Amino acid sequence: MSPSVRLQEMIRVIRGARTQGEERGVIQRECAAIRAQFRQADNGTRSHNLAKLLYVHMLGYPAHFGQMECVRLIASPRYNEKRVGYLGAMMLLDEKQDASLLITNSIKNDLSHSSQYVQSLALCTLACMGSAEMCRDLAPEIDRLLRASNSYIKKKAALCAVHMVRKVPELGELFTPAARSLLSEKNHGVLHGAVVLITELCERNPDTLEQFRKAVPELVLMMKGLVMSGYSPEHNVAGISDPFLQVRILRLLRILGRNNDTASDAMNDLLAQVATNTDSSKTAGSAVLYETVLTVMDIKSESGLRVLAVNILGRFLLNNDRNIRYISMTSLQKIVQTDHNAVQRHRGTIVDCLKDQDASVKRRALELSLALVSAVNIRSLMKELLLFLSSCPPELRAHTTSGIFNAAERYAPSQRWHIDTILHVLTTAGGDVRDETVPNLIQLITTATELHCYTVHKLYRALITDISVQSLVQVACWCIGEYGDLLLRGECEETEPVQVTEDDVLDALETVLQSHMSSPATRGFALTATMKLSTRITHNVDRIRSIVSIYGSCIDVELQQRAVEYNALFKKYDHMSVTVYEKNGVTLKLQTDRQTDTGMTVTLTATNSTDGDITGLTLQAAVPKSVQLQMKAPSGDVIPAHGLGQVTQTVLLNNPNKVGLHSDTVQIDSFPSTAW
Amino acid sequence: MHFLLLFSRQGKLRLQKWFTPVPEREKKKIVRDMTTMVLGRKPRSCNFLHWKDLKIVYKKYASLYFCCGLDAEENELLALEVLHRYVELLDKYFGNVCELDIIFNFEKAYFILDEFLLGGEVQETSKQVLSRSIEASDMLQEVCFGRSCLLSVLSIIFSVVL
Repeated sequence: MSPSVRLQEMIRVIRGARTQGEERGVIQRECAAIRAQFRQADNGTRSHNLAKLLYVHMLGYPAHFGQMECVRLIASPRYNEKRVGYLGAMMLLDEKQDASLLITNSIKNDLSHSSQYVQSLALCTLACMGSAEMCRDLAPEIDRLLRASNSYIKKKAALCAVHMVRKVPELGELFTPAARSLLSEKNHGVLHGAVVLITELCERNPDTLEQFRKAVPELVLMMKGLVMSGYSPEHNVAGISDPFLQVRILRLLRILGRNNDTASDAMNDLLAQVATNTDSSKTAGSAVLYETVLTVMDIKSESGLRVLAVNILGRFLLNNDRNIRYISMTSLQKIVQTDHNAVQRHRGTIVDCLKDQDASVKRRALELSLALVSAVNIRSLMKELLLFLSSCPPELRAHTTSGIFNAAERYAPSQRWHIDTILHVLTTAGGDVRDETVPNLIQLITTATELHCYTVHKLYRALITDISVQSLVQVACWCIGEYGDLLLRGECEETEPVQVTEDDVLDALETVLQSHMSSPATRGFALTATMKLSTRITHNVDRIRSIVSIYGSCIDVELQQRAVEYNALFKKYDHMSVTVYEKNGVTLKLQTDRQTDTGMTVTLTATNSTDGDITGLTLQAAVPKSVQLQMKAPSGDVIPAHGLGQVTQTVLLNNPNKVGLHSDTVQIDSFPSTAW
Repeated sequence: MHFLLLFSRQGKLRLQKWFTPVPEREKKKIVRDMTTMVLGRKPRSCNFLHWKDLKIVYKKYASLYFCCGLDAEENELLALEVLHRYVELLDKYFGNVCELDIIFNFEKAYFILDEFLLGGEVQETSKQVLSRSIEASDMLQEVCFGRSCLLSVLSIIFSVVL
């Protein structure tokens, strides 16, 4: 009977369960049986039971009662039990559990076991879950194995040392000499482990880094050997000889050559050779080329080599393989600040990638395009970005709009272009812009004084087309409220003027006010704009007043408050009282009361705070030609002294042409002398 | 490499290898996040993703997704080669491997992985050397089990005799 049958039987039964509840039941039964078995003496089935428990654990069920069993099995002399025990330890134990300390002794013993496969188990487990304490304890053992063992063990010991150095950086000093001597090995597995270990040591300790710079020539030779060697069946992957080792050597060279001219010089030729000779038709070759490019860009390489590297990235952009296009863009993104001009040469290809099907590639292309915007290419690049915006995936829209706004702000060639661009964005993706876009745009429009007419025309047209985009509608309302007179004038230099009447404009604003699509904030804008128009238009003031008063009882509190305040303003205009003369104790007040659209009553009130009465007061009024005047008789012609009484006189005005009337149009004439 | 996960199209975990210490709860969360992210990808997307500060590389082989989490400095294209090498090893071992093989022989899948990667790094770059050492370990297991079987049989005979 094959040892695994009982495990496989259990797996079959569990998989056969039709519901979650049924599965739970099966697993509970099995776990109970396993628990019972664990308590029994050794009966040859321990490893199977632990294996069953590990399967159950992978399904997500608790398996902590198996931890001690792992410890027991690891201590067993039998290889099959050790194997499952160590596997269990790696799956169920981590450095935080107490049980993990208990296996330290077993690991120590197994590291010197006569069978290399047992040693291998110990090394693997140590590298997987060895705690800092265990690492400190067993480091000398690992060092010994690094020096005197076969390649099978040496390669594993090297990677175990990597784990130890990550856990306890001070151990790096211990492993440095052994790591150095490993570089002269021939076995690829050992070499790979050695390079990884040296990389780790150099990353953590600058002195070690300095030391290993001397090994650059050796590494260069090693790499050359791999690149120029013929076909090696053992290590060949798609025409590349051991790409895993090549990539790790390149990465180590990168660290050694960084900020160091000598080291960088020593590897210059090699990098050029690898860059030119590596066949990148398959992933393996591309991986090596990619690492080469990263190294070239990070060390102090010659400018020719840098250009070669950027060109490789440019070639990658045209590759059919999506992964390679993606990699190329992430790399270009890293160097776009430092090698801006080199990357600019590939702008066309990058912009083309905006149209790629893959969302990750699109995102990278967007980032890179935004980084490439400059004063020189802003117009053409913005066209591409706006095109991208109209079809870009929803998760990228907010980022795109803010990127476009930033670019526009920095490099706008003219104010008109800037306004046009922002309007285009609002029309295309107005729902995905940040809140400060509206006040920012308003600010921009305000400062662009020569463009007010143009802007209000454009926004009016946008408003009557579509009122769903809140940000656009808000700015449009504000603009109409502010510059509505320019709109009504019917002439514009920069664009085709519209022929609208005041009613048309008010219609547009009322549509916004009444639409269910408009947010409360938008309604606020529309109401304020309507109100503002009352000072800029002449014929429809009543309509405005009625709109405003309707909203005085609106459910929305903000809107209601506005409407009420605006209503109050209207009434204030209607009953405005102005002091037109105040001198020598005599005060004359004028109060205007608007009765109808065309009629107005002006009441003059004269008071006298002097000691003597004033007699012979007459009022003369002069008004524009089209205005009709009717003066009523004054209430008296003596203004009593000490403010004890007053004289009033009423003047009726009829203003059919609604000429602008201001209180100073009415003049006071013929003052009598005072009798004091 | 921080972790390597294998999961099915339905999101069922078939193998999980963690190369850094991660608390149990965190492991479950990472597995959930990975399966959601990877299974949500469109068919012809690129194989690289970003998650927190890790680069995620995944590849679909038949009905299984192979997914690993890398550090920022690691080479994603090489990671694809690593995943591919692991699949090749499984294929050689099981002969035309399929998901069921991994399910019913999960411990063997782990043993093979442990011969290929150690502490998250590649330990052997030659396919032949790897296959040989996997075979040799299996041989040792058989011999050991055979020996322990023989021993238990012998002890039964002796106890009967005695």
